[in-house]
Parts: sequence; C-alpha cells; structure tokens
Amino acid sequence: MANALIKADSFYELYERKSGIQDVTHYCPGCGHGVLHKLIAEAIDDFGIRERTILISPVGCSVFAYYYFRVGNIQAAHGRAPAVSTGIKRVHPESIVISYQGDGDLAAIGGNHIIQAANRGENITVFFVNNAIYGMTGGQMAPTTLAGQKTTTSPYGRNVNSEGYPLKVCELLSSLEAPVYIERVALTDPKNTTKVRRAVRKALQNQIDNKGFSLVEVLSVCPSNWKMTPVQSKQWLVDNMIPQFPLGVFRDKTAEIPNRETIRNTFDQSGVREKLEIPANEKQVQYSLQPKMDFANPKLVIAGFGGQGVLILGLGIAQAAMQAGYNVSWLPSYGPEMRGGTANCNVNISRERVGSPLVTKPTVLIAMNLPSLEKFDSKVEANGLIIYDTSLINKQPTRQDVHVLGIPATQMADELGNTRIANMVILGAFIAYTAVLNKEVVFDALPNFIKRKNLLPLNESAIIRGMEYVLNKVTN
Amino acid sequence: MAEPLKEARVVVREDECKGCGLCIAACPEEVLFEQKHLNRMGYHPAGYKGSGCSGCGYCFYQCPEPGAITVYKKGYVEEEAA
Ligand SMILES: Cc1ncc(C[n+]2csc(CCOP(=O)(O)OP(=O)(O)O)c2C)c(N)n1
Ligand code: SF4
Ligand SMILES: [Mg+2]
Repeated sequence: MANALIKADSFYELYERKSGIQDVTHYCPGCGHGVLHKLIAEAIDDFGIRERTILISPVGCSVFAYYYFRVGNIQAAHGRAPAVSTGIKRVHPESIVISYQGDGDLAAIGGNHIIQAANRGENITVFFVNNAIYGMTGGQMAPTTLAGQKTTTSPYGRNVNSEGYPLKVCELLSSLEAPVYIERVALTDPKNTTKVRRAVRKALQNQIDNKGFSLVEVLSVCPSNWKMTPVQSKQWLVDNMIPQFPLGVFRDKTAEIPNRETIRNTFDQSGVREKLEIPANEKQVQYSLQPKMDFANPKLVIAGFGGQGVLILGLGIAQAAMQAGYNVSWLPSYGPEMRGGTANCNVNISRERVGSPLVTKPTVLIAMNLPSLEKFDSKVEANGLIIYDTSLINKQPTRQDVHVLGIPATQMADELGNTRIANMVILGAFIAYTAVLNKEVVFDALPNFIKRKNLLPLNESAIIRGMEYVLNKVTN
Repeated sequence: MAEPLKEARVVVREDECKGCGLCIAACPEEVLFEQKHLNRMGYHPAGYKGSGCSGCGYCFYQCPEPGAITVYKKGYVEEEAA
C-alpha cells in the first residue's frame, strides 16, 4: 500500500448488518467514531496483528463495530468492556485486546470497571471516545457533558451545582500507579488528527510489547446530537471541549518499562487439595460404566424448591462423574431464599470437552416439584428422560417422545426417616436407569459432597432404595 | 507494470459519501467541492476538481467512512490487476 491511502484490510469489504447498502457504516455524517475506526484499522494492518486482535465493542453508537473490523469481536454489556477485555487477555495473553468505549459507557455505567482494570494494570488498550453526550440514545447528558452544555436531559445547560462537573477520566486514572500510558487527544484538524494517529499506534505498540495498561481519550464530535453541521461541530469542540478537557499526555512510562515476553499464567495444582482440606482420595479407580445409548453424554437440568437439595444432587452427580473420569460442569441457579423459592442447576457429563456449562436443551430433566416439571418439560430433547417425584407432582409429563420415570422419592425418603434425602433416592434412580454412573463411584464420591459424615449411611441407603425401585420396576 | 503516477490524485467514491463536508474544509489545496447532485443516500457527495491534489491525505484522515476517499500519492504504482 505504499504511496496510497486506501481502505484498510482490517475492515470488511461489506458490512453485513443489513441487506441493501452494505458498503457504508451506520454512523452519522461527520461522526468521529468512523475516523477513529480508520486510524485503528490502519494501525492493525501496519502492525500485522489482525489475526490476533480481539475488539470489544461497547454499548453506544459503536455497538456495531464488530460489523466493520475484520478481527475477533465480542460485544460487551454496557460499561463492561474492560472486564471482558481482562478475561480475554488473561486467557489469551498473545492476543491484542482493544476495549473500545464511549463516554457514557466508560465514565457512567462502567466507571468502576475502567478504574479497576486500570488499577490492575491490565495489558490492554482502551480507546475512549468522549463526545460529551450519550449519542446512541438521542443526546442525553453524560458524565463528560460540559458545564453549561445543553442536552435533552440538561435543557438549561449542565448545572455544576446539581449535576457536578465534567468527569476528567485521564486526570482521574493518572492518579493510579499502574497505568503505563494515558493521553487525551482530539479529532479536529489534520494536525490534531495526526496526534490521534500517533497515540493510537503507541497504545497498541505498548500492548504488543507487554508493557501494560494504555488508554487514549479521543475528544470526538457528535454533530447529530450537538445539532450542528460536522464542520461547525469541529469548531465547537475546539472552542468548548478542549478548554474543559485539556489535551496532553497524563502518564507515560513507556520508555521506563522494558518490553516483556508474553507470559501465560498456568494454574499449578500442587498443594491445592491440602490447602482446601480435600481428602486425598486419589486411588485412581477404574469404574466400568456402560451408559445406555440415549444417555451417553447427558446434559441435566435438576429443579425443585429451595431446600429439596436439588443443588447438592447436581453437585453429587457431577462429583461422582468427575471421579469416574468424565468431564463435568455444575452451574447452580437459585433465588435469595435459603428455603422455599425455586432452585435449579445445570450439569454436563461428557466424554468430550464441555463447551458451555449452560444446559438449554436437557437430555435428562429431574423435576422435584410441579412448577419445575411445567417449566422444563417442553425443553427436554426427544428420546431424553424425565424423572419426577410422584409424591409431590400429581400430574404426568405431557411429552410422548421421551422416557418418563415417576418415583415417589419424598415418600420413600420419609419412610427412611428424613424427607430431605429424597434427592439421594432420585440419585439412585438416575444411576440405575441410565447407568451413566454406578453405585461404587457414587459411594466413593459421597464423602466429597456430604459434609456431615454421620449422615453417610442414611444417604447410602437412600441411594440404594432409589436404585432398587428402578430395577424392580424394570424387571416387573 | 503501470507507470508511477506523475501527479497525486484523490478519488471519492460518491456512493459511500455522506456529504459531511469535512474533507472539503480540510483540503489545503481547495480541490474538493460539494457536488450539486444527490447520491443514492440523498447526500450531496464531495467531488474532486480533477487536478491540484498534493497527496497530503488530510481529507482521508478527516473522512469517517472507511472506503469513501482514496488518495494516491505521486509515484504510486498501480498494483497488477489480478
Ligand atoms: C444497561 C443499559 N443501560 C442503559 C442503556 C441505554 N444506553 C444505550 S447507549 C447509552 C449511552 C451511550 O453513550 P456513549 O457511551 O457516550 O456512546 P456514544 O453513543 O455517545 O458513542 C445508554 C445509556 C443500555 N443499552 N443498557
Ligand atoms: S449520534 Fe453522534 S456519536 Fe452516534 S453516530 Fe451519530 S454522530 Fe456519531
Ligand atoms: Mg458519547
């Protein structure tokens, strides 16, 4: 591309957001976002980092940045881009992570996130577009709105006595120890634009060199909400914004900090068991398991009232499956109540790697009360299994295309002397029906999820009762 | 091989121009202008007077649209068409 200024390769040729016109962005005429996009895309091209760049789009007018940049893209919840960036950068330290944010996003709802990420010195690059307004939602006052500036929510002009002063993000963050580079620049005339270009490149280079946290605040026009022509808005920015948001470098430790190698933090497991006082049960038993075909890699939803032990049931199944050598996940979901309310958990058991802990289409539903059966019944995969407690649920599942196992678990538990072990009766029924696990591995796992050791025999007999119920039913 | 360009040249893709006028305001050579006609989006697109571009690239970096303006500097050699 020598000797020519051409659309960067890091932009898609066509933007597939809508059918129809696909070669222009959704930004308003003259909007600063587009210009900053160009400077970022050009730098990504020039540094040869397109294949390892991950851009985090915010909520705001730039929410659709992922339609434009031909890089890895994630769109984060409002204000959360620094947190998402942190997670991605730590898992993929070799990637180049860009947190792209507006002033409403970064300085209002996400104010704490950016402070914490900066304070941790995350090795990420933040591009912060300050247009002194909420652009996307139609021009409301932002934390960065100027003193006296009229917006739809400050129609008489921002009154600093009631709405406070424009928040100066660079000044605020440069009071922290960790950030490496913080600069405020402005997209105005060509001279200032050159400075923006330089700052964009420096902030990315710092990340490539593993130096740490860089943030560039870019003063940028929003002609639509400022209600001016693009050319007028540039002048307005110079006359009004720059006096309240002085340009310049607020932090620059780039030269002091040496370039660093990319470090991948791997988790060292040694000593963890002892620290957490988990009994060393590494007897490496081989359990011979032959799950029934339909249940080879089951995905479970286990649901009931809080207090019925549905979370412990899920945990127990996951724990036993883990000890049997499966990959597992357990994801609890519950309300604030300790008793009453509803609770459910998602459990994955698989010989393959588990991608997501969420179970949206269970192959096995365990319903311990009626609302749970009604809620999840329709979601079960065809040929799946519904286990439900007939002592509490007086309706049958409506599904015809799944296995159905009704068991009076609570009543059986009551006969054993404690209704609260109904969950273990169900555990027994589950393993007997599916053969995903067997009694040996479940009993080996039991001490790892039943804290009160004196209750182990009771739990064991409940499990056996559940198994017997199924086996008798099948043979009868 | 094509000849290196003897004079810089700016190309405005009229279809992609939103008529914001920032390139026109920034051009030190005053060789960009607002055209009379409307493009497919209903904007008056910018146009090039046809000569006098110095290749400074000011317009390129003022323009918010990724593909609306291309600036070819003096000495640019067109890449072989594939
Ligand atoms: C949780 C949440 N709260 C509020 C909103 C509404 N909302 C959408 S964009 C926005 C502010 C955008 O302003 P800014 O970050 O400055 O971006 P700009 O559009 O100006 O580039 C708000 C409040 C939302 N989408 N989500
Ligand atoms: S509303 Fe403002 S910030 Fe949003 S695209 Fe239009 S000019 Fe840009
Ligand atoms: Mg804004």
